[in-house]
Amino acid sequence: MFVLIVGAGRVGSAVAKSALLAGHEVSVLDEDPLSHERLDAGLDGTWEDRGGRFTVGTALEIDALLEAGIEQADAFLCATDGDNTNLVIAQIAARRFKVPRVIVRVMDPYRAAWYAEQGLETISPTAHAIDMFEKALDL
Amino acid sequence: MYVIIAGGGKVGWNLARELIDKGEEVTLIEGDRRRYLVIEQELEHAVQYGDATELWVLERAGIQRADLVIAVTGDDEDNMLVCQVAKEKYLVDRIIARVNNPRNLQHFKLLGIQPAVSATDLILRLIEHEVPRYGLVHLLALEEERLEIIELEVQPGSPAAGQRVMDVNLPEGCLIISVLRGGDGFVPKADTVIEGGDEVLLVLDPGLEDQITPFFTAQA
Repeated sequence: MFVLIVGAGRVGSAVAKSALLAGHEVSVLDEDPLSHERLDAGLDGTWEDRGGRFTVGTALEIDALLEAGIEQADAFLCATDGDNTNLVIAQIAARRFKVPRVIVRVMDPYRAAWYAEQGLETISPTAHAIDMFEKALDL
Repeated sequence: MYVIIAGGGKVGWNLARELIDKGEEVTLIEGDRRRYLVIEQELEHAVQYGDATELWVLERAGIQRADLVIAVTGDDEDNMLVCQVAKEKYLVDRIIARVNNPRNLQHFKLLGIQPAVSATDLILRLIEHEVPRYGLVHLLALEEERLEIIELEVQPGSPAAGQRVMDVNLPEGCLIISVLRGGDGFVPKADTVIEGGDEVLLVLDPGLEDQITPFFTAQA
């Protein structure tokens, strides 16, 4: 499977490495060239040595998405630090590039729920945190 | 009419002020605390503090009864999402979005957000209007109504040059609505003769440009 991940923060870089080590083809897009260090950390050799791809650019720029390989992507993960950016690029990936699987991180649980109703596969860390705190307190 | 404006920058604040002067009911939503406090000095209860992309902030502003939602923040993603939820979740009749980066216009269209207004794009069109060497200029696109207004230079020696309007055999779905000649514009009649060097404005169905251009282009 070819996985394209936008946003090489804590979440994006960790999922990228797991996917690469599991044998998938992985391409990462981030606007910050320094975010590449997160991809190297903990690997034997560099990210590229292990077969990973890294592109510097913003995901609203179609050229950056193409360079990162969106047309070949089987899965597209939106994990930038901005909910609104994630929701827009997820819809670009799904509607314009017809990527078969699009998963988007949305911090705001209410919007995550509404966009899920509209057919986007959303993950809300905030909703998980609320859930876990409530379980911890037996609420 | 009840209008919600997302974004209290120069555009949003001035829009709010103008609409209030016209007697409309307005709520402006601004997410920067200090900016909000400055605006509140003037607009008082007509401005609310909060992130307009959050649903509860929009609901607090009464989006369910809004007739028009205008998203004019400096962030294109925010403007897209405010308009998308206004239209699709709260079924607001009319939306208007500001496009900051004209390259993002394609994304607004993809998400069905119309009209999307780009000041940069408008200025570019004005430049093209002032400098006719660009050939065909799109002056206005009424996407919902599926009509466009374009401007064309009539090249000397082109099929239309020297012809009466009624004799230019333009395809169905387009009409010459104005002629600009020597700095003056006028509305032509059927027997008005089009001259080389004129500029003409046409209203047309989208997509006819390629069929129309040859009438006004000199044959090689």
